[in-house]
Amino acid sequence: MKVMMLMIANPHAAPTAPPTEEALLAMHQYNEELAKAGVLLDLGGLTPPGQGVRIHYSGTKRTVIDGPFPEAKEMVGGYALLEVKDLAEAIEWAKRSPVMGGDATVEIRPLFDPSQFDVPGEAEERAKRQAEKPGKA
Amino acid sequence: MTDPHAAIAAVFRIEFPRLVAGLARLTRDVGRAEELAQDALVVALERWPIDGVPDNPGAWLMTTAKRRAFDGMRHARIADAKHVQLAHDLDATSRDVAGALADALDDDVGDDLLRLVFTACHPVLPPEARVALTLRLVGGLTTSEIARAFVVPEPTIGQRIFRAKRTLAEAHVPFEVPRAGERAERLASVLEVIYLVFNEGHVATTGASWMRPELCNDALRIARVLAGLVPDEPEVHGLVALLELSASRLAARVARDGTPVLLADQDRSRWDRLLVRRGLAALARAEELVAARGGSAGPYQLQAMIAAHHARAATAEATEWPRIAALYTLLARCAPSPIVDLNLAVAVGMAFGPGAGLQLVDALVADGALATYHLLPAVRGDLLAKLGRGDEARAEFERAAELTRNERERAVLLARARDS
Repeated sequence: MKVMMLMIANPHAAPTAPPTEEALLAMHQYNEELAKAGVLLDLGGLTPPGQGVRIHYSGTKRTVIDGPFPEAKEMVGGYALLEVKDLAEAIEWAKRSPVMGGDATVEIRPLFDPSQFDVPGEAEERAKRQAEKPGKA
Repeated sequence: MTDPHAAIAAVFRIEFPRLVAGLARLTRDVGRAEELAQDALVVALERWPIDGVPDNPGAWLMTTAKRRAFDGMRHARIADAKHVQLAHDLDATSRDVAGALADALDDDVGDDLLRLVFTACHPVLPPEARVALTLRLVGGLTTSEIARAFVVPEPTIGQRIFRAKRTLAEAHVPFEVPRAGERAERLASVLEVIYLVFNEGHVATTGASWMRPELCNDALRIARVLAGLVPDEPEVHGLVALLELSASRLAARVARDGTPVLLADQDRSRWDRLLVRRGLAALARAEELVAARGGSAGPYQLQAMIAAHHARAATAEATEWPRIAALYTLLARCAPSPIVDLNLAVAVGMAFGPGAGLQLVDALVADGALATYHLLPAVRGDLLAKLGRGDEARAEFERAAELTRNERERAVLLARARDS
């Protein structure tokens, strides 16, 4: 099953120094472990919210708001997409994640299985194409 | 939310291969290593529900297993030289458990895991034994998971694994990475095992469902692990590329009701673009390595290149069949087989018309090599249908339906026969 692992931090925590070399190395080694175990599909580190933008939707109105976002209590720092046997395995991997600078949270959420969703009209489309095959009565 | 047993099982699944690998280096015996690993697991099952899962479960398991190995050696009544030497070595090691632990936890793990992979895939074992042993020791699957995957009774798998370990011991297969001269051939054996597992999940030969995606994921995971262990071998990346690209289409290969959907009819928006990207990246690595050596593409890379053509085609109509036919021709040269010839015939039929394809298929029929392979009459039926020869097509589809052992596939073939 595919599982998304989100590294979550508190954007209002006391300003910390940029991550130490040690911390970066630990994170790099952890990512290497995931890759070496064959479970890592994709990963990415996100730049701080100050470099980001939010688009707020209200009806047909769209408002673009520059970061940082003072009202946000949580901030996604990075993500990893894993292929694991079950949630228990994802949890075990998440527990091995090095903590960058004090407290942090890792959230794990399984992805929806795309085959659960029928594209509207897909079955009809396929039946139509089959009927058009040459050699049919 | 999580059940403590599931948590422990997850740890085992992650740690088991490295545990066995490290113990195999110590004991020089893969069978004994597995027993020791199992024993450590049993102790863990007794202690962890009470004490909690340790912070470093891998180290805990290794220490526990090694302690049992030392005890076993001290109690050994057999005074043969090997055991005496081993006991001596282990005593020396036990004086520095911390050092031994460090050993097991750094890159020696990679080397040991590679030794384990080569040993489990040793050509002295029949293919199905290699598959079972590799899935157990390298994939970390339980015997019952393997049995379910291959639709075989659990005791059968148990016996297969038992006999495999015994064969390795009796043949005195050393626990090592093969030397340069043997490496290519031994690596080919490893790749073949992984490919067999993937293929079984990709088009399940028996049973009620047409695919077993779990098995594809198991194979993919082992392939990715291998690419990490042997990053300089182009065919390893070629195999990873082939598996990632093939897996990218899994969701599109079955309709909601479980009917197989052929490549030409698949909804390409259901192809997993992430896996396509990963597959193309692995293929690029293989191509770089081959170019750097001035060599030529091996069979897995060629198959991956064919899969890449499909992956890059936005629609079935956009597929570059002449290029695919050319690649199959190359494949037929470096890894000849009647199956490759059949695939070439399909590509030729698509590129140059069903008549051209039929000529090649008829040559295969005359040759007799694929007499019991259901896809030969299925392909022949498809070409005949395209040529408007409905009655002959129907006979071929009916023949194909008789030959397949997969129920879903039989249903599809019978439907095509009815519609001819």
